[in-house]
Amino acid sequence: MADNNKPVMTENESGKKVHEPLFHITKKAAIPWQKAWAVRIGSVVAALIVCALVTMLLVHKDPIKIYGTMLSGAFGTSRRIWNLLQGIAMLLCVSLAVTPAFKMRFWNIGGEGQVLIGGLATAACMILLGDKIPNALLIVVMLISSLAAGAIWGLIPAVFKAKWNTNETLFTLMMNYVATQLVAYFVNVWEVPKGSGKIGIINQATRAGWLPVIGKYDYLLNIIVVFVLTFVLYAYLKYSKHGYEIAVVGESENTARYIGINVKKVILRTMILSGAVCGLTGFLLVGSTNHTVTTTIAGGRGFTAIMVSWLAKFNPIFMILTSALLVILEKGAGEIATVYGLNKSFSDILTGIILFFIIGSEFFINYTINFRKAHKEGK
Amino acid sequence: MILNSAFLQNAAGAFSWATVALFLQRAIVQGIPLLYGSTGEILTEKSGNLNLGIPGIMYIGGISGVIGAFLYENSLPSRDAINPALAILIPMLCSVLGSLLAGLLYCFLTVSLRANQNVTGLALTTFGVGFGNFFGASLVKLTGSEVPSVALSATSAFFKKSLPFAGKLGNFGTVFFSYGFMTYMAIIIAVVAAFVLKKTRTGLHLRAVGENPATADAAGINVNRYKYVFTCLGSVIAGFGGLYYVMDYACGVWSNEGFGDRGWLAIALVIFCIWRSNWGILGSILFGGLYIVYLFVPGSLSTQELYKMLPYVVTLIVLIITSARKKRENLPPASLGLSYFREDR
Amino acid sequence: MGEQKAIEMRGITKRFGSIIANEGVDLEVRRGEILAILGENGSGKTTLMNMLSGIYFPDEGQIFIEGKEVVIRSPKDAFDYKIGMIHQHFKLVDVFTATENIILGMKDEGKYNLKDAASKVQAICDRYGFVIDPQKKIYEMSVSEKQTVEIVKVLFRGADFLILDEPTAVLTPQETEKLFSVLRKMRDDGKSIVIITHKLHEVLALTDRVTVLRKGKFIATVNTKETSESELTEMMVGKKVSLNIDRDDPVDPKDRLIVKHINCRNIEGRKILDDISFTVRSGEILGIAGIAGSGQRELLESIAGLQKLEGGEITYINPANDKAEDLRNKTPMQIRNLGVRLSFVPEDRLGMGLVGNMDIIDNVMLRSYRKGKTVFLERKEPADLAQKIIDDLEVVTPGPTTPVRRLSGGNVQKVLVGREISSAPKVLMVAYPVRGLDINSSYMIYNLLNEQKKNGAAIIFVGEDLDVLVELCDRIMVLNSGKITGIVDGREAVKEEIGLLMTKSDNVKGGNADG
Repeated sequence: MADNNKPVMTENESGKKVHEPLFHITKKAAIPWQKAWAVRIGSVVAALIVCALVTMLLVHKDPIKIYGTMLSGAFGTSRRIWNLLQGIAMLLCVSLAVTPAFKMRFWNIGGEGQVLIGGLATAACMILLGDKIPNALLIVVMLISSLAAGAIWGLIPAVFKAKWNTNETLFTLMMNYVATQLVAYFVNVWEVPKGSGKIGIINQATRAGWLPVIGKYDYLLNIIVVFVLTFVLYAYLKYSKHGYEIAVVGESENTARYIGINVKKVILRTMILSGAVCGLTGFLLVGSTNHTVTTTIAGGRGFTAIMVSWLAKFNPIFMILTSALLVILEKGAGEIATVYGLNKSFSDILTGIILFFIIGSEFFINYTINFRKAHKEGK
Repeated sequence: MILNSAFLQNAAGAFSWATVALFLQRAIVQGIPLLYGSTGEILTEKSGNLNLGIPGIMYIGGISGVIGAFLYENSLPSRDAINPALAILIPMLCSVLGSLLAGLLYCFLTVSLRANQNVTGLALTTFGVGFGNFFGASLVKLTGSEVPSVALSATSAFFKKSLPFAGKLGNFGTVFFSYGFMTYMAIIIAVVAAFVLKKTRTGLHLRAVGENPATADAAGINVNRYKYVFTCLGSVIAGFGGLYYVMDYACGVWSNEGFGDRGWLAIALVIFCIWRSNWGILGSILFGGLYIVYLFVPGSLSTQELYKMLPYVVTLIVLIITSARKKRENLPPASLGLSYFREDR
Repeated sequence: MGEQKAIEMRGITKRFGSIIANEGVDLEVRRGEILAILGENGSGKTTLMNMLSGIYFPDEGQIFIEGKEVVIRSPKDAFDYKIGMIHQHFKLVDVFTATENIILGMKDEGKYNLKDAASKVQAICDRYGFVIDPQKKIYEMSVSEKQTVEIVKVLFRGADFLILDEPTAVLTPQETEKLFSVLRKMRDDGKSIVIITHKLHEVLALTDRVTVLRKGKFIATVNTKETSESELTEMMVGKKVSLNIDRDDPVDPKDRLIVKHINCRNIEGRKILDDISFTVRSGEILGIAGIAGSGQRELLESIAGLQKLEGGEITYINPANDKAEDLRNKTPMQIRNLGVRLSFVPEDRLGMGLVGNMDIIDNVMLRSYRKGKTVFLERKEPADLAQKIIDDLEVVTPGPTTPVRRLSGGNVQKVLVGREISSAPKVLMVAYPVRGLDINSSYMIYNLLNEQKKNGAAIIFVGEDLDVLVELCDRIMVLNSGKITGIVDGREAVKEEIGLLMTKSDNVKGGNADG
């Protein structure tokens, strides 16, 4: 376990025992991206094999069949495909949101709370203004308030980070639960019917504040919005002056100060953006997908998004792939659970296994293990 | 606590010591899982590892104990044949084993393979919560029970056994003696951990590893070994929090998602008690109290939810104040969240 | 002086990625001697000693102690062989007290007792005349106090082999002399001391033998008594030092930058700039000399708008309209918006001047990315400039889209200097611009500076090599513990005179000059 400290006893010529490290680890010079991706894909394949073995142990079915079930769970019917795409879009949206912050080395693990608060703002507009203003105006108000709510939730930790260097990982984490309890509070205030503990579908009769449905595809709007956003964010990070500043601040605050970037301003601005996009996710989840708000509406996406973004090396285009991987896995494992009578949480176990493999594989991209041959005396 | 008694006065209409004692007792019961979690996380963080997998590990610790107890109870011809020592030892060993493996996995990824701690921890939480709920549900299926939970009341009875004279001492007994052994164990572990950190050579070395691993390394301290040992030990202690919750607090009834967000609350407690596990004892009672204060004060269901927000808000305030005051001793360990590679230049 | 080989290193090679830090180096340390490892910056001295102290592990080669082959896997192993190293960057835990740091890592007999340890520490201090408060936290200490803690730490462990990495860089002359007498005392006790340095006078004053390294390779080991400064210099640099740097007379010098009475404190509250006043003129190179940490970095950063000052003024005379602009306590952005054409090549190239993970184009763009009215970056011009820098300065790189982190030190510096002079600066500040560069690259940098001088730029050159300073600069200002101890004419200056100004201590009180 203590990698470079593993001793092995070898004998040298005088017959005296000498300690030698079995291997030691050195940092690799950057390897070509093709090779890096080959390692990552290899790790996913290895993980899928392990997942299949685990599943086999539990359900005693051959792996081909298991994977067949998984694929059918994800792609089996057109309804499932739409569900899948919607799931990918929502996870991707949160992942896009947290990415600018990560590029700046600001560990925003508060996506969950920022989504919730955006959703809450949307629901509040729907409930309080539902029958008072025209629908188009209502949707605009919902959008603005959700963006603002998310932005504020992202801004608060950023203010303290900029002012006192307050640990943002812990701060954003706590903000999640403040948001959760706020939602729980309002769910109780607005519950329908009284005593049910939930809001239920908002404006079911009037459909006030429901986002428009394109054609007859319920989720198409969300998917299009997120798809467009992916490329917008890609361009923002790669080709805009803001994106450039984010990268410089993330790489070296000293350099940023040296060329006259106002580091605090960049931190605040980026967290407003990060929070606002999370708020947008909340807006889509409440206004378009669910038409209600609950404490679990973000569904852990704020946390999963961190892994999506990190696995894709903070590249929005690659994030389409990584979010798809995780959602397909989730839906597929859900199907296995249903078909073979396992619990839904089975998908979390499989997701965990795959993540562990990918996380571990990064080591082989960044480091080399040098095995030291048993030492021989030359003369 | 003065504040709370004021609340209580309003709540009960008339102030009663019995209510105070009951409130304290419930607060302690609520606080113990948090205390286990935070003591474990403090030891982990002092080694420089920010283990966000603690919530998952607490699930793993809990369900592993449940599985052990379940297998033991079902291997017996009858409930009366249960051996008190085994009934306690088997779940505890299983819990230790489960949490230890989870801690080892985390260490292998973050220490040996130098993976990002945040990502690894969150993945471990996903895995651990899934693991707990999955096996919990599977056991439910095995028992073929109507309700979605496993009840291990026989085992739980041993975990809950309080001191015989607790009932005879009135309010005093309620507050101090009405708990199972794991409550006292949590407090002892927290005190011992604080002592080790502050007063022993091992603690000095551990803190050095978390503050400045390069310096610790140069001083001849095996950085990786310290990280492994204390992260795993921290995982085991946190896992006891899960075990306590199901065996003592929940009377041996495992229900999925029952443990809730207590793991994150435990991490909040680490910050609240500024990495001092002995302060964590009082902190956990305060958090536990905030968690249940809604039961003792008037107000609708909705305001209860606002009370539940209090622990997090209080923690945020502590986090802000400590960072603003910049007193070096109260800040997080300097290398928290960073992996260490000796040959980095 | 014993002749017994206490430590022997044979054929040691160490690589970092594609960089070879040490190649086939042989070294021998005898019992009861003081050995100097002499070499220029970047010659691999520290890396070699880090392998002896267990920080690095050699890729090839063997280490023998008392004739027996050993493997040093970790600093702990090094301690077991009684090897202790005092690193240039102190290895101390900031939130611990002096005593806690000193006993850190020791698994000695008996109970853990801080009080006993503190009195043992005090005993060592008394014996050698050190002054430290065992209960003081490191973050409250000055640099020299920290070094004292480091030395006591090694003595506390009863080390037989002491390795000191550039120990005098942060010390005043009195402290240096005190240190040397301690080292001599320990040698007479039979201990072996290795001192890493690039200061010749220290080698001659203190040591018994000298091992010279150059570019990671072993050059020679000689007895100090039998060698001379010129012979050592020749071994260090490889040929006789006759730099022949061009120096034209300044043309039509005009005051460009006037600094008056500026003061500055570092994070620990120590005064790092003390009442600094000077003027830089157009068309001249003002050299700044001083031992490391005398305030050079803070001075340049103050002018660039990166330090908070406690008073005084910094005035820039704009050549376009002869208007005076006050630069004090302005941000770099505000300075730029005033139309001040100020360029700055900082000491920390990859940590401040450039971004290691970005490619050459994006690094060239750092100064100019705000150009253009749209929110988007304009990469065309920077790409052309990057190509021009690569061509003109002969930067060795696969292409302009290679991350600068992957370039060698000299090429990194060319990119940085190329970018900074591309804006035709009126004031150009360079800090240690040739550190770690080979001879050819160094001359290219000197020529570039001379070109800028000819174009009428006012140049501030912070250097460490006195030979270069006296051949390149028109005037040389000497900093000593944050104060100016003299400004001399470059054409008449002699190295010894500057050396004296750098280390003289009549204007500093007692042993606390650094504190």
